[in-house]
Amino acid sequence: MTESRVCLTRGVKRPHYWHCLIRPGYLLLRVKVHCIAPSFAAKKNVGPSNALEDCHVCHLTTSHNITAINDACVCCAVLAVRIPHSTNQNVVSSSSCVIDPKLRMRNTSKDRTDPSQLFDDTSAAPGVEPAGFPGQGVGAMGYPGQTLLSDPMSNLAMAYGSSLASQGKDLVDKNLDRFLPISKLKYYFAVDTVYVGKKLGLLVFPYMHQNWEVSYQQDTPVAPRFDINAPDLYIPAMGFITYILVSGLALGTQNRFTPEILGMQASSALVWLIMEVLAVLLSLYLVTVNTDLTTIDLVAFSGYKYVGMIVGVVAGLLFGRTGYYLTLLWCCISIFIFMIRTLRLKLLSEAAAQGVLIHGARNQLRMYLTMSIAAAQPIFMYWLTYHLVG
Amino acid sequence: MAFTLYSLIQAVILCVNAVAVLHEERFLSKIGWGVDQSIGGFGDEPGIKVQLMNLVRSVRTVMRVPLIAVNSVCIVLLLLFG
Repeated sequence: MTESRVCLTRGVKRPHYWHCLIRPGYLLLRVKVHCIAPSFAAKKNVGPSNALEDCHVCHLTTSHNITAINDACVCCAVLAVRIPHSTNQNVVSSSSCVIDPKLRMRNTSKDRTDPSQLFDDTSAAPGVEPAGFPGQGVGAMGYPGQTLLSDPMSNLAMAYGSSLASQGKDLVDKNLDRFLPISKLKYYFAVDTVYVGKKLGLLVFPYMHQNWEVSYQQDTPVAPRFDINAPDLYIPAMGFITYILVSGLALGTQNRFTPEILGMQASSALVWLIMEVLAVLLSLYLVTVNTDLTTIDLVAFSGYKYVGMIVGVVAGLLFGRTGYYLTLLWCCISIFIFMIRTLRLKLLSEAAAQGVLIHGARNQLRMYLTMSIAAAQPIFMYWLTYHLVG
Repeated sequence: MAFTLYSLIQAVILCVNAVAVLHEERFLSKIGWGVDQSIGGFGDEPGIKVQLMNLVRSVRTVMRVPLIAVNSVCIVLLLLFG
């Protein structure tokens, strides 16, 4: 929900008031009185001629520092207040409102001939609005209070209920975010079909791809659906699950299947994945590589080998052992090249990534590290699949 | 090789225990892995040995108290459930 400043002036340029954008059909849920005209402060306690009264629609009470409420207020919305004793200038308070664009109200008419109309009468030409805030406006437009909603109480209850719900949701999100970095995880699942297709092709045939750099957008990496080189977690997760299913299938063709081994295969593969990620993390720490690889990136890279494993096992099911070995060999080499080309840009220094040979113990260590991470993938691929193809 | 998550947890606990029992004075200094031998080399990046020594020291410092709790729980569970 974003804030919008509601302008209630009609061309009156006072330093306290802001211009606003009001559009019809939007219901404001809450209002905070932000700027109060200077004369308000003096006129808090007013005489009976300007009696304090509640807004009869949104029930804003006198506790809101309002001297008088115009009946042109929209329920829980823009607050139009008229300063007493002012004749010419309809000086009003401006307020910042919270908008829920999902809640739309019917555009009710208002007595437009009211000379003290406080809102800009844009109802005649809805398209002619100040384009201050793109798309975030509240359409006050002088709705009369009475015919706004037939039951203001239910509207209020709805507003209160939705605000409660959003508060609860915020609380849960905040607490959950401490344990699981949910917002970071969401980035890794921002994929689409084209990306998945291209990435799968890249995993089995990485030889034609030229540019392996991850593109950034002002220091943050671009979402995977816009950049094929960005790591994602969708393919590893789906690959893991498919691997378990395919291994169950493969064991079934050898009459070795029981339902328990599905769980055993899953936990075995998961444990190997965790150990591999821990080993890579440890070695990255020992070699003191300054890299922006996060743990989730490493999980993603380690999960890419499941694709090759699935292809190998399926080929083994279809074509027997020779098919399995040939396909696995092809996939192993592809994953090896893929990992080297991807990790080279992340782990090695700038110059070394270009292919220039730089001597020095540290750069050699980094190269060895890259090679060993890449070499571990084919080993795991063979280790986790050889017992499936009989 | 059939691994379960439980065996992974067991392996991790055993490894952390192994790192925690390396005594600073009696053992690590004798083989040149003491903490006083790791300070130095401010200019360049620390080598692997220095990083390992730092790792051992930090694991010992951080995991000393939690390991007491984890080991007690492990002992009780193994006694009860075998």
